[in-house]
Amino acid sequence: MNFLRLAWAVAAKDLRSEVRSKETINASLSFALVILLLFSFAFDPDSEQIREISGGLLWLVFAFAGTLILNRSFARELVNDCLDALIASPASGAQLFLGKCLGNYVLLLIVECLCLPIFAVFYNIRVPRSLALLFLVMLLGTWGITVIGTLFSAMTVNLRLREIMLPSLIYPMLIPALMGSIHLSTILIAGDPLAADDQIWFRVLVGFDLIFTILSLGLVEIVLVG
Amino acid sequence: MSAVAIDGVWKFFGDYPALRDVSFNVEGGACLALLGRNGAGKTTLLRILAGLSKTSKGSITILDQDARAQAARRQIGVLGHGIGVYEELSAFENLRLFARLYGIADPVKTSMEWLERTGLERVRDGLVREFSRGMRQRLAVARAFLHNPRLLLLDEPFTALDDRAIKVLQDLLKNALAEGRTIIMSTHQLREALELATDVALINRGKLAFRGLRTREMVEDPGWLYRHYGEA
Repeated sequence: MNFLRLAWAVAAKDLRSEVRSKETINASLSFALVILLLFSFAFDPDSEQIREISGGLLWLVFAFAGTLILNRSFARELVNDCLDALIASPASGAQLFLGKCLGNYVLLLIVECLCLPIFAVFYNIRVPRSLALLFLVMLLGTWGITVIGTLFSAMTVNLRLREIMLPSLIYPMLIPALMGSIHLSTILIAGDPLAADDQIWFRVLVGFDLIFTILSLGLVEIVLVG
Repeated sequence: MSAVAIDGVWKFFGDYPALRDVSFNVEGGACLALLGRNGAGKTTLLRILAGLSKTSKGSITILDQDARAQAARRQIGVLGHGIGVYEELSAFENLRLFARLYGIADPVKTSMEWLERTGLERVRDGLVREFSRGMRQRLAVARAFLHNPRLLLLDEPFTALDDRAIKVLQDLLKNALAEGRTIIMSTHQLREALELATDVALINRGKLAFRGLRTREMVEDPGWLYRHYGEA
């Protein structure tokens, strides 16, 4: 319980700072809206094609918008050397990492939830019957993006080109999670039922999230201290 | 009993040895002034002691434990170059956060006590981004002392402090010494440091050039140590 309480203290600190500065959420949301708008010019919203690529479009937007949030995650700790103060505290690297993950996860989910109705309007998509399942896919896929992104955000925090390095590093790592999320979202947005074969992608998402969460919690101490 | 034992410590940045076979002990209750020119390796050593970096070779024991052990870090207060507080949080929220991270039983009460001790109780809900430089520095001092650490690691503690913050810090350091706490501080302000110090260590290009008790001649002539043991 103490482990989670300390992690939540770090997450609450990040969320409180973000509510006051609105630094990353404004940038991330406006970037997501611009991408949605630009893609809506490229594709005819009434075409059948849009149904086939809807999941891909949606997760491209989430992944791009997420990078802006994740890039700032550890970079904001550099101001006043706050990262040193956190690492010097008795909180373990895993607690700090989980706290940063939770904060990023909440912010990314907020951006995604705000993007979803705009996506539906721009691309003439009806509310899917399996909205709850679509949210489940969002929860699982977003956690994958968050865990990988937060770990690499810690790794690249002291690099001058971290804004470029972070997406270059995380997108290849995210391929299984993005493939699963795109596949399932496309089916659910189209309103089609999930076949037995499709359900393996849920297992892929859960497995991906579990494996990379455990790996990241184990590796983050080395990332932070060396 | 040694509060800090540094044994054969090397630290490489690439091929460059920032610390070269540094070994010394600091007894409990001592105040060690860690001296040396810019780039001598003082901050590197303090960062290793604070658990912010690892040695390339050698070992460090703090209060009989590894420097990165949770129990050791609970006993260490660090005041580095940065103030280590968040701009978008209030003074109270900053202290409460660190009180929680250090496992203090009553974070709210302890935070309020330290706001009073550092003269920040009237701005407890003000955001740090709106604070003057002096107020930020006092908040940083409160953050470092909040958990009653047995070992204080101070990197250039008097640099850029205003008069009030210097007074607050000097009083706290004197009290800490009276209570038997151990202090290691790196500094260029020799006079202030040597007045407080019981021990002195001089690092020269990553090597320990001198380690001994502070003497009267060092206080009377702060340049003496550099002339005898420092770089020419």
